[in-house]
Amino acid sequence: MKHLLSTEDLSSHNAIRILDTAEEMSAVGDREVKKLPALRGRTVVNLFFEDSTRTRISFEAAAKRLSADVINFAAKGSSVSKGESLKDTAQTLAAMGADAVVIRHWASGAPHRLAATDWIDAAVVNAGDGTHEHPTQALLDAFTMRRHWSTLKGTASTGADLRGMRVAIVGDVLHSRVARSNVWLLRTLGAEVTLVAPPTLLPIGVEHWPCKVSYNLDETLEDGVDAMMMLRVQGERMNASFFPSTREYSRRWGFDDARLRALDDLGLKDTIIMHPGPMNRGLEISSAAADSPRSTVLAQVRNGVSVRMAALYLLLSGDTREAAPTSGPAPSNAAPSNTARSTTAHSNKESN
Amino acid sequence: MTEVTAAQVPSRVVLNQADIDRALTRIAHEILEANKGSKDLVLLGIPRRGYPLAVRLAKKIAAADPTVDAATVVGQLDVTMFRDDLSRQPTRPPHHTRLPLSGIDNKVVVLIDDVLYSGRTIRAALDAITDLGRPRIVRLAVLVDRGHRELPIRADHVGKNLPTSSVEKVRVHLEETDTVDGKPVNEVVIEAGA
Repeated sequence: MKHLLSTEDLSSHNAIRILDTAEEMSAVGDREVKKLPALRGRTVVNLFFEDSTRTRISFEAAAKRLSADVINFAAKGSSVSKGESLKDTAQTLAAMGADAVVIRHWASGAPHRLAATDWIDAAVVNAGDGTHEHPTQALLDAFTMRRHWSTLKGTASTGADLRGMRVAIVGDVLHSRVARSNVWLLRTLGAEVTLVAPPTLLPIGVEHWPCKVSYNLDETLEDGVDAMMMLRVQGERMNASFFPSTREYSRRWGFDDARLRALDDLGLKDTIIMHPGPMNRGLEISSAAADSPRSTVLAQVRNGVSVRMAALYLLLSGDTREAAPTSGPAPSNAAPSNTARSTTAHSNKESN
Repeated sequence: MTEVTAAQVPSRVVLNQADIDRALTRIAHEILEANKGSKDLVLLGIPRRGYPLAVRLAKKIAAADPTVDAATVVGQLDVTMFRDDLSRQPTRPPHHTRLPLSGIDNKVVVLIDDVLYSGRTIRAALDAITDLGRPRIVRLAVLVDRGHRELPIRADHVGKNLPTSSVEKVRVHLEETDTVDGKPVNEVVIEAGA
C-alpha cells in the first residue's frame, strides 16, 4: 500500500489489516504517555482546500501520537487564494520534504491526480475529495461497526469482517462522499447495505451500486437493521431545491423521536445510530437520538484517531530506502528464510 | 502466517522439548531466588514467542509458590512501534500490549524473549516500558543467548548460551505458535547460513 485514495479498490485483506492495526492503536489512547515513536522524523502535511474541523484535527492528533511532525496547510490565507495551482503547491511541499500528504479538496479526483503524477513523491491520503470518496471516514465507521458487531456475537474483533450485518445509510447520498466510501468498503467486508433517500438525493447510476435502494425509511426499519447511518444534509453543496421543505425532509427521512421509539417497539434493541458529523440536529437526526445510548457519534470520533494512526503507520513505516543494502545481522528470527522442513507459524494467536 | 518449503539447509536441534522444559524450570526458580520470593513480580513476554514462554514460566512459578496466580502476573509487551529499524524493514503489524491489572509501577518486571541476539529488541522493550510506567526493577530472561550483541545489554537469566556464527540462524519453535511438518513442536534449531 503506497497511497490510501479510495475504498473501492481497497482489498479485504488490506482493509482488515488497517482495522486490526487500529485496534492496537486504540490502546495507546488509554495510556499515561499517549505517544508512540514509530514515525519519528517523518513529516505529514495536512493539505486542506476545504473547511474541516474534525478530520483535520483527527489526522493531526493521529500523526502527533505517532511522533511525526505535522504541517497544517489551509487554502484560506495561503498562496492558493492568489491563484497557485495544485501542481505548484504539491511541488513546494515536495521541496520541503513531506513524507505524507493528507489532502482534502473540493474537486473529486484531486488526490488521485497527486498520487498519479510525479509532482510529489509522498504517500497520499485522501481526506475527502468533492463528492467522490472519504476512505478514512468509511474505515472508522467500519471499525465502530465491527466492535459493536463482535461484541454482540461475543467474538474477538481482530481479524473479523462484517458478514451478515444490515446497515442502512440514510439521507443526502447524492452529495455524500462518506456514503460512497462506505458502500464500497461495507461490500468488501460483507455487510448488507441499504441506501434510503428521497429520489432527488440519489445519484444517477445508483442501481449499479452493490446495495439496495429504498425511498421509505420506516419500511427499512421494519425489515430490521443493525446500524443506522444518518448523513448530513449538505446545504452548502445544494444548488437546487432537492426537497420541498426541511420539515418534510425531517418527517420522512430524519431520525426523529418517533423512529427512536419505533426501534424499541420493533425489538431492535441492539441497533446503533451513527452520524459522521457535523450534525444538523432537528433535521436529519433529533437531539434525543443523537444523545441516546444507541448513538455512536463520539465513539466514531474517538475511533477516527486510531484508524488514521493505523493508516499513517502502515503507509509510512515500511522500507523507504531505494536500494536496500543488507548490512549487519538481521534481528533474530525476524524474517523467514530457507528451512530444511516446512514450517508454519500460527497466525497471531497471542494478539487476540 | 509464514509457510516455508525450501531447499535443504543443514540444521541441527540444540534443545528439544525436555531441554526447554528443564531450562524454563530452572529460570523460574532463579527468578524467585533473585527476587527473594514472588512479591511484586510481573512477567512480560515479547511477541511472538516471548509471550508463550512467559505463560509457561508463570505456571512454573505458580507451581513453586502457591501464593502466585499465574494468570495475574503475566502480560504481553509489544515493541514494534519502538524498534529502531522501522524504516529499514517491511511494515510490521503491531501486536497487542496487555499488562496485568496491577500495572507495572513499582513492580519487578521480568522481560521474557526467546532469543537474545543484537539486543535491539530489548532496547525497544525498555523504551516501551518507560511509556507504560515506572517499574522498580527490570530484569531480562531469555531462552537462548546466541551472542553478537550490538548494544550494552545482558540477560539476567539464560536458558542456554549458544555460541553461534552470525551467518547461522537460530530458530525457536513453540507448540503455541509453530508447527513443523504440520505438527506442533517445541525445539530450538540452528541452521547453517546460506
